[in-house]
Amino acid sequence: MSGPLDLTFAEARKAMKAGEISPSELTRAYVEAAEQGRGLNAYVLETPEIALVRAKASDDRMVKGEAGALEGLPLGVKDLFCTTGVRTTACSKILGDFTPPYESHVTDLMRRAGAVMLGKLNNDEFAMGSANETSCFGPPVNPWRRSGSDAKMVAGGSSGGSAAAVAAKLCLGATATDTGGSIRQPAAFTGTVGIKPTYGRCSRWGIVAFASSLDQAGPIARDVRDAAIMLGAMAGHDPRDSTSVDRAVPDYEAAVGRSVKGLRIGLPREYRVDGMPAEIDALWTRGAEALKAAGAEIVDISLPHTKYALPAYYIVAPAEASSNLARYDGVRYGARVPGRDITEMYENTRAAGFGPEVRRRIMIGAYVLSAGYYDAYYVRAQQVRTLIKRDFETVFADGVDAILTPATPSAAFGIGEKADASPVEMYLNDVFTVTVNMAGLPGIAVPAGLSSEGLPLALQLVGRPFDEETLFAAGSVIEQAAGGPISPERWW
Amino acid sequence: MSVDETTVRRVARLARIAVADHEVPKLATELAAILAFVEELSELNVEGVPPMTSVIPTALTLREDVVNDGEDAEKVLANAPAREADFFVVPKVVE
Repeated sequence: MSGPLDLTFAEARKAMKAGEISPSELTRAYVEAAEQGRGLNAYVLETPEIALVRAKASDDRMVKGEAGALEGLPLGVKDLFCTTGVRTTACSKILGDFTPPYESHVTDLMRRAGAVMLGKLNNDEFAMGSANETSCFGPPVNPWRRSGSDAKMVAGGSSGGSAAAVAAKLCLGATATDTGGSIRQPAAFTGTVGIKPTYGRCSRWGIVAFASSLDQAGPIARDVRDAAIMLGAMAGHDPRDSTSVDRAVPDYEAAVGRSVKGLRIGLPREYRVDGMPAEIDALWTRGAEALKAAGAEIVDISLPHTKYALPAYYIVAPAEASSNLARYDGVRYGARVPGRDITEMYENTRAAGFGPEVRRRIMIGAYVLSAGYYDAYYVRAQQVRTLIKRDFETVFADGVDAILTPATPSAAFGIGEKADASPVEMYLNDVFTVTVNMAGLPGIAVPAGLSSEGLPLALQLVGRPFDEETLFAAGSVIEQAAGGPISPERWW
Repeated sequence: MSVDETTVRRVARLARIAVADHEVPKLATELAAILAFVEELSELNVEGVPPMTSVIPTALTLREDVVNDGEDAEKVLANAPAREADFFVVPKVVE
């Protein structure tokens, strides 16, 4: 039996316009779903009062014919986005009960477009992680489970709460951020669609910073069309972020369903990594065949510096993080732990406030930036980054329109299953996604099938700078070939 | 790549993170493993390659040199762990 929660936003938008359901009715259904889904630990803060007030205002605008692009969209917000008067923690103890007196540019744009905030969603502490197991609130639970098993699976990370909430229909769409794969990997693990736009497409203002040269905001949505609608409302110039580009936002939704005939899609041979499961390989081949059947030309390409992306990332990202996270010192906001003098106060505050993964990354960052090591590590990593970007520029100059790869090297794994894995083993989750951040390009993860264990698997499409439209067009072909959006059986 | 305990303590101090004695050996192992992983970059020849400064070329824009924000001590101090009047309070730093 299908109900209001089963509508995509595009469908709900139509129903709301036709007066079949009001934003308030839709919002109430989601408020209830969020309550009933508490066992998934996707929300770290529910804001039903705010949601209902905003939904009421949406009702009025709908009646007056003043509906915005996201009018009545029940939205979950990753707890990395500052929200006026609503606790924002980055899922770190160090932020305590920080309540921003300002709103992030992206959530402000979405609110102005009519979106209704249901609450704040779980993520890895400061977005550092690939399983959402580093959150100070504990991990969210993936609504998908292995066939015949009730073991709880990770939702991926860092935007695990966003992905779990969208997959479990605890919100209709969610904001997320991606520094090395944090939108695309959790989307892949939960059968949802996630897009990291080109660096500079969305303003970073008001989003808790991790690695500023890599961070981008984007949506996690039920299907490709919803992702396109949401990104259209999130993107746009903001003078408060000097890296935000002043460039018109295209009509992304119009690109969904656009023909891919004649497009050249590259398959990078370096992504066929050692030990890649046969089912991932088969998924990739099926995706290429679907695009070919739709009229695209499939070409073999080479991105020779691929294997250096992850090591370079683990210099650049911690270095920027160590600098960005220097602000958490127990003076202006957040938790404070006293000490005998100010230095000891800083040290005690930061030891108590940061979890182990964040501490590790800050220390690596401090090390690679320290005197005597800066050139050997940081400068070299930035040179390698130039080489990685050139790899992509070369294939695009050769006429390739988009690149198709697997999104992740495996399906979701069990919560706690990798507790004994080394930090480096965990980092390998992002092997297919991290190159895209290093080169600043747009990347989308689209569900493409199920694993032998019944878990979602996804493919990634990577585009030219600011050509998100091609990703929506090609992503839609993959989505349709796989049989359309997928949903887990409800057990929670 | 080995990381000795002195290095762990030095980096922890630079990062302003207190580290208890019993945490030092484990941190040394973990940091060494990560540094060994990134060591792979040293096999690449990067001679003459410019380090990346801006992944998407953007020209910095100029604006009028006018005050456009500020004079809002209440908002600035609203989340302070300790305050007195319009000041953040910290342990004494000047003898």
